[in-house]
Amino acid sequence: MGQYFPGDTIIHRLDPRTKLLFVVFYIVSLFTAKSWISFGIIMAVLITAVLASKVSFKTIFKGLKPLVIIIIFTAVLNMFFTQGEPLVEFWVITITREGVTKAVLMVLRIIMLITGTLLLTYTTSPLALTDGLEALLRPLKKIRVPVHEISMMMSIALRFIPTLIEETDKIMSAQKARGADFDSGNLIEKAKALIPLLVPLFVSAFRRADELAIAMESRCYHGDKGRTRMKQLKMKGHDYVVLGLSVLLLAGVIVLGRFGF
Amino acid sequence: MSIINFNNVTYSYKSEEEGISLEPALRGVDLEIEEGTFVAILGHNGSGKSTLAKHFNGILVPDDGAVTAFGMDTADEDMLIDIRRRVGMVFQNPDNQIVSNVVEEDVAFAPENLGVEPKEIRRRVDKALDMVGMYNYRLHAPHLLSGGQKQRIAIAGVLAMAPKCIVFDEPTAMLDPGGREDIVKIIRELREEHGVAVVLITHHMEETVHADRLIVMDGGNIVMDGKPCEIFTHVEELKALGLTVPETTELIWELNKKGFNLPLEALTVEECAQALFSVLKE
Repeated sequence: MGQYFPGDTIIHRLDPRTKLLFVVFYIVSLFTAKSWISFGIIMAVLITAVLASKVSFKTIFKGLKPLVIIIIFTAVLNMFFTQGEPLVEFWVITITREGVTKAVLMVLRIIMLITGTLLLTYTTSPLALTDGLEALLRPLKKIRVPVHEISMMMSIALRFIPTLIEETDKIMSAQKARGADFDSGNLIEKAKALIPLLVPLFVSAFRRADELAIAMESRCYHGDKGRTRMKQLKMKGHDYVVLGLSVLLLAGVIVLGRFGF
Repeated sequence: MSIINFNNVTYSYKSEEEGISLEPALRGVDLEIEEGTFVAILGHNGSGKSTLAKHFNGILVPDDGAVTAFGMDTADEDMLIDIRRRVGMVFQNPDNQIVSNVVEEDVAFAPENLGVEPKEIRRRVDKALDMVGMYNYRLHAPHLLSGGQKQRIAIAGVLAMAPKCIVFDEPTAMLDPGGREDIVKIIRELREEHGVAVVLITHHMEETVHADRLIVMDGGNIVMDGKPCEIFTHVEELKALGLTVPETTELIWELNKKGFNLPLEALTVEECAQALFSVLKE
């Protein structure tokens, strides 16, 4: 999952709500776009954003790496199974002109989709992200969606990921010291070897949850009733500009689609 | 003026099976905590000291008897927030008290819950972090800090509520000696410089030396109550309760057994050294 790289660029300074909304508009545009021109425009927006954030392309490639298999799979599927004007015929395989076009667009779409979301997590601290999400989803509270509770759960989960990883390492070393073998055997044997790791991990996670709940209550936590925040989210001028641009992007792509581009 | 009163408090943990009560963890405890004092509570495992701690701010409510904090009954659920903002609590494991993955956001948690104005929260957070000497770490991620530093953050998180009393439930049990010293120093400063009443529950004797009052618990009862220097003169009784005395007291006690006549009240290393020096000079 994307990690956060602190920084002080315009992208970092944007309100998390702006960034979340931008990503939503961006993704919708990406799936509305059908032509090369539309893709070109979206690509230009994306590259501008990446450059402005000062996140290196190398970091983004690293983030894309785990998805190479999915990307190749999509490309192959689109290339071989699209009907149309044959380009290459070989044994039972036919590659069509339409297939190639579709595959390239699909791959571009996936890469751009992931790059966009990676950029969001790279430039926004998890806390700001959950805060932004809570603020954006607040209207849902009217229909009894526990928005505050969900965002609290998310931020606590994020807080405990490193703690639990540390604990896993510790338990693993303890079990290895007593002769446990996590590396050899087939898939089923490996899965079985994880049981002595998962049981103590779960037991300790529940104990932690219990202690954390008591500590939170001792610090007067009682849901979001009357709760204030130290850092208030505040939309500034550049936030409205970015929001305007993202609406413009989607509108532009839709209009271009209407004219057959 | 007493701020917290225990009146004949009895408590038993409930067994998972219905109707079966376990051995009482507290048996009719009477206790008064005075404003701005440093009270240390000692006891071996199972003496009831942690159960006692959980009664200070209504985490546990007595089966029998009553606990009042600042005139409010801890059994009254409507009063809990008002009690807890005055009686802070720091626990053993710093990892399980920290809510946020940025230090200053974590310290802000309690005042945010209390609905304090954002500007005032900022001021309190900075002050609390300064008091525990962690201001420079305010933007760090807690999981990258040492145990002692994490515990200091946990203390700052409680200080940000501006409590009148803080209960420390074995705050140094999971720390290395360096971290332990830092925490003990902060606890003393709270009492001496900021007038916060401190209740320190521990099984490390050395940490209780600077307390105004020392309470020893055994089997759910208070068995000794007095100034640390008085309590520690009862070396044999403490040993019978499964407690050790501070190294300085141990040294003087052993020397006295060999025929010396040294004062058992010399608790700190400095006092002990002075006592030895004056005897050796003769």
